[in-house]
Amino acid sequence: MIELIEVRKKYNRLEVLKGISTKFNQSECIALIGPNGCGKTTLIKSILGMVLPDSGEITFNNKSIFNETDYRNYIGYMPQIGKYPENMSIGQIVEMMKELRGSHLSFDEDLYKEYKLDQILNKRMRTLSGGTTQKVSAALAFMFNPLVYILDEPTAGLDPISAEILKDKMLLEKSNGKLILITSHLLSDLDELVSEIVFMQEGELLIHQTVDELKTKTGEEKLSKAISTILKEQLI
Amino acid sequence: MNRIIKFVILDILRNKIILFYTLLLAILSFSMFSLEDNESKGLLSLLNLILLNVPLVAIIFSTIYIYNSSEFIELLISQPIKRNKIWISLFLGLNTSLVISFIIGAGIPILLYSPNLIGIILIIIGCIISVIFTSLAFLCSIISRDKAKGIGMSILIWLFFSLLFDGLIMFLLFQLADYPLENWIAIIAALNPIDLSRIVILLQLDLSAMLGFTGAVFKQTFGTSWGILISSSLLILWMIIPFMISLIKFNKKDH
Amino acid sequence: MIRSPLFTILLIIICLPICAKNIHVGTKYPHQKIKKALSEVVDGDTIVIHEGTYKEGNIIIQKKITLLGINNPVLDGEKKYEILSIKSSGVIVQGLIIQNSGFSTLDDPGGIKIYNCDNVIIKNNELSNNFFGIYLQQANHCKIENNRIHANGVEEQLIGNGIHCWKSDSIIIVGNKINGHRDGIYFEFVTNSIIWRNISFANIRYGLHFMFSNDDAYISNVFKNNGAGVSVMFTHRVKMFNNYFINNWGDAAYGLLLKEISDSYILHNRFINNTSGIYMEGTNRILVEHNAFNENGWGMKIQASCMDNIIRENNFIGNTFDISTNGTLVLNTFNENYWDKYEGYDLDKDKFGDVPYRPLSLFSVMVESNSSLMLLFRSFMVSLLDKSEKIIPSLTPENFIDNKPRMHSVVI
Repeated sequence: MIELIEVRKKYNRLEVLKGISTKFNQSECIALIGPNGCGKTTLIKSILGMVLPDSGEITFNNKSIFNETDYRNYIGYMPQIGKYPENMSIGQIVEMMKELRGSHLSFDEDLYKEYKLDQILNKRMRTLSGGTTQKVSAALAFMFNPLVYILDEPTAGLDPISAEILKDKMLLEKSNGKLILITSHLLSDLDELVSEIVFMQEGELLIHQTVDELKTKTGEEKLSKAISTILKEQLI
Repeated sequence: MNRIIKFVILDILRNKIILFYTLLLAILSFSMFSLEDNESKGLLSLLNLILLNVPLVAIIFSTIYIYNSSEFIELLISQPIKRNKIWISLFLGLNTSLVISFIIGAGIPILLYSPNLIGIILIIIGCIISVIFTSLAFLCSIISRDKAKGIGMSILIWLFFSLLFDGLIMFLLFQLADYPLENWIAIIAALNPIDLSRIVILLQLDLSAMLGFTGAVFKQTFGTSWGILISSSLLILWMIIPFMISLIKFNKKDH
Repeated sequence: MIRSPLFTILLIIICLPICAKNIHVGTKYPHQKIKKALSEVVDGDTIVIHEGTYKEGNIIIQKKITLLGINNPVLDGEKKYEILSIKSSGVIVQGLIIQNSGFSTLDDPGGIKIYNCDNVIIKNNELSNNFFGIYLQQANHCKIENNRIHANGVEEQLIGNGIHCWKSDSIIIVGNKINGHRDGIYFEFVTNSIIWRNISFANIRYGLHFMFSNDDAYISNVFKNNGAGVSVMFTHRVKMFNNYFINNWGDAAYGLLLKEISDSYILHNRFINNTSGIYMEGTNRILVEHNAFNENGWGMKIQASCMDNIIRENNFIGNTFDISTNGTLVLNTFNENYWDKYEGYDLDKDKFGDVPYRPLSLFSVMVESNSSLMLLFRSFMVSLLDKSEKIIPSLTPENFIDNKPRMHSVVI
């Protein structure tokens, strides 16, 4: 579904992506993990077209995304820190996004309702707490029935109950055959959800394997243990 | 595209500053016309005020607004919308609001007190100056990621065009007084949109006689239909080029 | 003894119709041609010209007669001839329409030309489309009264003056209306004359132009919309009272241009909407008093060559620049004028401001030294410069100052 071929990106002298090639398929839930500053967010933003790679190619359904915008109709994106116009209320943001994405669509308002956002529609964005802002981001990401979800640290700012609601939603969507791309450093959260692991370090892609493969290879039951084992192997 | 423009305009209207700006223009215009004993004097004083305040407000307000919209822009960029569309919509939205508030604040008094060709030209020039300095604001805010730096740059640009440039012209005129270069210096002056606007209005007010030889040069260069064509294309270039550069930069910018 | 001159005059008046005869010219009268009639008249006769158009080429009058037009007869020069040449003293020309004189720069033909004779009266005529309107050449004690003189001149070289006087004395020019000529009224070497209640407008060069003409007076005339205003040069003892100088607007236009003038009076005039109200060069000992300078580009331009002029009790209202000068020495006196740009106060209530007024703006001084600077006219920088100069004067001449500026305008 999404394919990256030799994607490179430099910020000034700092090389953030050093030739990443990989492929993400439908009905998968892929965890993009790695230490801070390893290039996860840059990779995601490259897929979204927010960051423009210096070289390499990214395709979506076998079509290059270079200078394209329509493919983003099939992506729901939840940023790490949601930034919204301060003067707008939740209701206005939702209205605007609906208008921009096309009012002809049917809207998936599950999260919107479960987070009870419809009760605080008039609140201005600048008055919201970080958690509530994340809820708005999550609700917006899931609202337009996309084929792909790209979630940057989705559970980071959320309280456990809200995080649980989100996880349930992700499971549901995965079973609907959607591709879910998550970055996270808290692997324990994702155990029951993730089907593939991508591990990045210093702009390089070290591991891309299915969870089952990993577990059988290392003999570990827990995902985090399996990863650390394989990392040690690689270092040796 | 229209939807984004609509959001931008609504957002700016919610901002009290633009209302304050409109009110300020209205008060200044009405008082200028009632203080001066004839309308052509009123127009002249108003011209000075417009050429000083309109660029200042346009460039600073726009720069701050663009920086404050960075979240909005980021939100839109991750959506299925072309980058061109976002930036152009922002430009059109800002210009529409500034031009509308200029027309309400200064245009209405001008039309009430001086409903003639010069009045209309003054209104058009006010609108053009608003657009030019908004365009420059887009350039400032795309060049620097840092808000303080960007605003500083926009103040410098305003200062340059409304004061320093004229100082430079004065310096050139004194330094080159012994050479017959007035025509060239006049042409250099025309490169500054504020000076060009001022001179166009002065020519219309028939003050060219007072401008002496250079006035004659200007009348020759800018009073004919060719001149009007040249000066309006100069102004149009000022409106478009800074924005086009900013658009190219915006398309390449990482968020 | 007292009665005898009176009696003589009475006798003359009673006798005049008896001794002098009237000869009628017109289609219904024995004489159809003016020239024919001229050959028959003697001094003191009157030729009465009736309605009609007379194309008789150059008519030369060498007898002391009166030409009297009834019902506006037209004398047409067919663009070939000088129409009336007066070569005898005491001629009166009245009630004629004189049109289409020849056009020649060689011998300057006029509608009416007076050659070396005195006491001629030209009255109530209309002179239209002549090269020169009325031309006086070494004529004394003549009176030009209530004539309407107009032409459609386009270029300076292709048209003469409305009323042109050369080497004459004691001329009275009153109540004429002149437009479309090169200069409305032109004086050269004309002395002891008076120009009174004329309207001179829309002439190509000057409304009034005079040189080397001492001891003349110009009273209650209107000069407006002329190409370059009024020009007064190389003359002493001029009196200009109650004139209007209006709308002389253009690159080199002046309300009043003074060049090498001395010992003169400019009183109670109005200078309205001229590029420069008064431009002075080499002008000495002139009193400029009770004049109004309104809405001019420059109220007065005083060149450095001017000395000992007194400018007092004038109103300067709505001028872009009140005064400008190209010199640093101030040899003229300003006193008790009203300046609308004056921002001072009057604490002692004597109707004069307590702080002196400096009528020179820094920018006007700079423009004098470099005229191209007008390019920056009305720019923000210039207003800043002027403001700072007002607070701390440093570049404008120190004593260019009105020590007693009025708080209210003078009634003129």
